[in-house]
Amino acid sequence: MSVPLTLLGLLEREPSHGYDLKRDYDAFFGRGKPLPFGQVYATLGRLARDGKVVVGEPEAGDGPDRKRYVITETGATEFEDWLREPVAAEPHLQTVLFSKVVLALMLGRDAELYLDTQRAAHLKRMRELTEIKRSGGLVDALLADHGLFHLESDLRWIDLTAARLDALAAEVAKR
Amino acid sequence: MTDPLIHAHDVTLAFGETPALRGAELAVEAGEVLAVMGPSGSGKSTLLHCLAGILTPDSGEIRFDGRRIDNLGEQERSALRRDSFGFVFQFGQLVPELTAEENVALPLLLGGRRRAAALQQARSWFPKLGLDGLEARRSGELSGGQAQRVALARGLVAEPRVLFADEPTGALDSLTGEQVMDLLVGCAREQGTTVVLVTHEARIAAYADREAIVRDGRATSMSGRLTS
Ligand SMILES: Nc1ncnc2c1ncn2[C@@H]1O[C@H](COP(=O)(O)OP(=O)(O)OP(=O)(O)O)[C@@H](O)[C@H]1O
Ligand SMILES: [Mg+2]
Repeated sequence: MSVPLTLLGLLEREPSHGYDLKRDYDAFFGRGKPLPFGQVYATLGRLARDGKVVVGEPEAGDGPDRKRYVITETGATEFEDWLREPVAAEPHLQTVLFSKVVLALMLGRDAELYLDTQRAAHLKRMRELTEIKRSGGLVDALLADHGLFHLESDLRWIDLTAARLDALAAEVAKR
Repeated sequence: MTDPLIHAHDVTLAFGETPALRGAELAVEAGEVLAVMGPSGSGKSTLLHCLAGILTPDSGEIRFDGRRIDNLGEQERSALRRDSFGFVFQFGQLVPELTAEENVALPLLLGGRRRAAALQQARSWFPKLGLDGLEARRSGELSGGQAQRVALARGLVAEPRVLFADEPTGALDSLTGEQVMDLLVGCAREQGTTVVLVTHEARIAAYADREAIVRDGRATSMSGRLTS
């Protein structure tokens, strides 16, 4: 998750104080990992240095955080470009699963046992995400679903690989 | 640890020359929702039918609530199924001649409940499952998702100890399937019903508390509580 671009997006809605940005970031994107205040201000500082945001005059009041940040034309353009750009469709998202299976077969270890424990770990995470989906709102549900679909596709690969393990072992031994 | 509600021990069953179960072990705890997963033809449905007293194993033992049920006579087994178990299958298997509410009331009527009382109790399920206004429809006049929710109500209406569900969402698209699962798990938890759910879909299995995997007629469970 790109923190600078997300903050730019939040500023594209309306000029905001640092604490508003942190609150909204944590609510929508934090997912149990709140953004430290230090990182919020460091990021805003870099965005200001690069001309993507400007800092308003301190406002009257007694809180420590009296400055409002405003997105610039440069910042808005960068954000719009990022928003339109599709994310790279990574075909090798889980090569570590593949590597483990092949290495296990090469070394004569129990690849099936590995696949079984991996399947159980995936299903356990899927149960957790399903619980989030059942108990939370739509925003949580959509994010949980994204994770669920990815885990599901891994699982299909795990099942297919388990079914072909003997043939794969023979292939690996040949080389 | 308390004794499991259902316990299958070393169960074998062959259809003629075809071995379907070869020493299956499974324990289902009271109140849990267990997903039974595994490849096509691995013996999931056969195992479910053995647990539910529909099929008799060739050897091994099935216990329900501490009592052996694999060696009961046909009459005792059908009484057990009627009084303690509910069922939902892939295709709702609603009786086409009956209205939706009569279908839901069926287990109560078969259990000897008077018609007016049975229908009244059946009707109380319709709002819970988002089926308001569909009480008088026949199964041919329901969408797949609606028919499956009617079948779910029928499976739960008599408050069975165990609900056996074999691919209950298998004929539905994934969103409708998940809605049915959400209701199934929600209702089962609310009334404390134990659920044995056969599915090959991980997203559906993820609604359960844990899974058991059947492979070549043998069951293993990888997570959750111990099973043997
Ligand atoms: N009534 C039957 N007569 C003969 N063979 C049967 C019968 N029912 C099941 N079998 C065989 O028993 C084995 C296990 O079948 P079962 O229906 O239990 O598999 P399953 O895991 O439920 O598969 P699926 O996911 O395709 O529903 C298969 O080889 C199947 O062909
Ligand atoms: Mg089956």
